[in-house]
Amino acid sequence: MPLLEIKNLHVEVEDKKILNGLTLTVEKGQVAAIMGPNGSGKSTLAYVLAGKDNYNVTEGEILLNGESILGMAPDERAAKGVFLAFQYPVEVPGVATMTFLRTALNAQRKTRGEPEFSTPDFMKLVRDTSAKLGVSQEMLRRAVNVGFSGGEKKRNEILQMAILQPKLAVLDETDSGLDIDALKTVSEGVNRLRSPERSMIVITHYQRLLDYIVPDVVHVMAKGRVVKTGGKELALELEANGYAQYTDEAA
Amino acid sequence: MPAVQETVEQVRLIDVDQYKYGFVTDIESEKAPIGLSEDTVRYISANKNEPAWMLEWRLDAYRRWLTMREPTWARVDYPKIDYQNAYYFSQPKKKLASLDEVDPQILETYKKLGIPLQEQEMLAGVVRPEGERRVAVDAVFDSVSVATTFKAELKRAGVIFMPMSEAIREHPDLVRKYLGSVVPVTDNYFATLNSAVFSDGSFVYVPPGVRCPMELSTYFRINEANTGQFERTLIIADKGAYVSYLEGCTAPMRDENQLHAAVVELVTHDDAEIKYSTVQNWYPGDADGKGGIFNFVTKRGDCRGKNSKISWTQVETGSAITWKYPSCILRGDNSRGEFYSIAISNGRQQVDSGTKMIHLGKNTTSRIISKGISAGKSNNTYRGLVTAHRKATNARNFTNCDSLLIGNQCGAHTVPYIEAKNSSAVFEHEASTSKISEDMLFYCRQRGMSAEEATALVVNGFVKDVLQQLPMEFAVEAQKLISISLEGSVG
Repeated sequence: MPLLEIKNLHVEVEDKKILNGLTLTVEKGQVAAIMGPNGSGKSTLAYVLAGKDNYNVTEGEILLNGESILGMAPDERAAKGVFLAFQYPVEVPGVATMTFLRTALNAQRKTRGEPEFSTPDFMKLVRDTSAKLGVSQEMLRRAVNVGFSGGEKKRNEILQMAILQPKLAVLDETDSGLDIDALKTVSEGVNRLRSPERSMIVITHYQRLLDYIVPDVVHVMAKGRVVKTGGKELALELEANGYAQYTDEAA
Repeated sequence: MPAVQETVEQVRLIDVDQYKYGFVTDIESEKAPIGLSEDTVRYISANKNEPAWMLEWRLDAYRRWLTMREPTWARVDYPKIDYQNAYYFSQPKKKLASLDEVDPQILETYKKLGIPLQEQEMLAGVVRPEGERRVAVDAVFDSVSVATTFKAELKRAGVIFMPMSEAIREHPDLVRKYLGSVVPVTDNYFATLNSAVFSDGSFVYVPPGVRCPMELSTYFRINEANTGQFERTLIIADKGAYVSYLEGCTAPMRDENQLHAAVVELVTHDDAEIKYSTVQNWYPGDADGKGGIFNFVTKRGDCRGKNSKISWTQVETGSAITWKYPSCILRGDNSRGEFYSIAISNGRQQVDSGTKMIHLGKNTTSRIISKGISAGKSNNTYRGLVTAHRKATNARNFTNCDSLLIGNQCGAHTVPYIEAKNSSAVFEHEASTSKISEDMLFYCRQRGMSAEEATALVVNGFVKDVLQQLPMEFAVEAQKLISISLEGSVG
């Protein structure tokens, strides 16, 4: 059974149709890149997977491990292993990053009926994980994303992913706003989390990110659905020829 | 960090009924006849065996009160109070000689509220871990003080901590010298009413150079129906003394409104410091605004001596109506006033609260940090005055007022008054109003938190600066209270 199956998904946002019969399958352990021009519905797909309000599914199905997640609240989906690395991570003033991580992790564990982490165990987990990702202890004490640079925000997203250990990670334009050094650091963090047990959807405009996070499969999205699927060489072809042919095809 | 976890835990454990202090203790009580007259005042005074000067003081206040009018400037709206249809004094029938004789029902009540009164138990009980902090408690049940703990130990340090009614008899000189010296009898409608009919409250005197060896605390409980509570608290820190004091309040759930009009006076002499913290959780009324406490309170501190300091910290989550402005008169040179406030309103609650910092002396400084949180259909107003007298050279104030809105049916208002009559004064004012954004909640929920957990986390972040000012164990309490108050505000 594939980890994720999206069948004929139609989604409206404020009465505007954004996804238009999207069908997509992600196998367990697979890293799937989704590329496409602006407005093709890539970020909408990310939000719909995470269960954001006001994204109305009018038709179709999303199955995670064969189970429909459409009726689930965002926190239920998170506990089932869905993680979204935000394109624009949100600031939470006054809440230390460490506190945020711990509250999130224990909330998920409780929902799954697992015991909570004790303080020493949790501290050790965070210390070890952040060291690997080059996240400083000082950053963990700061309020979530408040005053973080673009690179710090993205690294914080990857740190959360590493702590929460999701089954399906959706990375929404993780490369946006990053210089080349930050891009390398973040990509290394992501690559370290690749595992046969974890699938990833990497959403991006540019082929550049895929030099560092090499996908197993590349899907091209246009006008709210997947219009072409291929190997990693498809990304290079897009880089050379642009999206024009797909937007025309879909029309 | 663990406190946040506890908050979350607490939220999860809450029943549908949010106000867990809403029970009534069935106990026989003795009440003054209903209504208010000179006879009521005489009844109260006689009941407490007060000296003649005290009765005169009360009667004088009562006569002044008759000529005064209820203030209407606050942004609160409530039905007219019928002052003749309330009881002004109520006490448990049995008279007490010592703590052992306290009615077990009352002890049970305080146990339910989580207030330890059994001094013996606390002292002789299990071996206490080194450094664990102890809190001396004065408990006021309706109109009388039922028990004060750790009296003997405090006495050894020279600290006087006793019910006001006892202090009037045992330390008349101190009481006469200070009572009404900060909040004059004629100060305002509710303070004047309190001066006429005040029943009990706490009296604290810390002698020169003494650092009070433990936290002092008073617990107020309104039990009787239709009864107003009018407590009077007076705290004096003599030269170089220090004391930290905490009050907590609860009341049963009742359909009718009940009046609470307290007066608190603080005096600090040279180099002295008083830290006064309040966790106010009176019954707020039900979701439709039925019932609840009308909380009209006058609190004021007088930094009488040089280099003295008064700090108010309040966590206000209860009451149907809150009308309260803990203030500092910065009279002594180099004196300092602080006001840290978290005011939360939910349901139909109305809060009009803030502070006054009155700079009279040279080089006086003050700091105001106010965090207002409105949810449901409530209204929350910050009203503050910062003023510098002509002689207040180099007065400094920093004010930060933040409001947080949850939902789209509540209101937040900020009404700051700033007045500088001395050109060297420097006053800073910062204010912000924000809404818990959908994006913020979604971000937290995507990480696995429920809507309630996410709201509690965001709100705790918002009030962090103020929570840090509370004594440790109360900060945890306050954090729980905040989550409980906001229960059901997201949906």
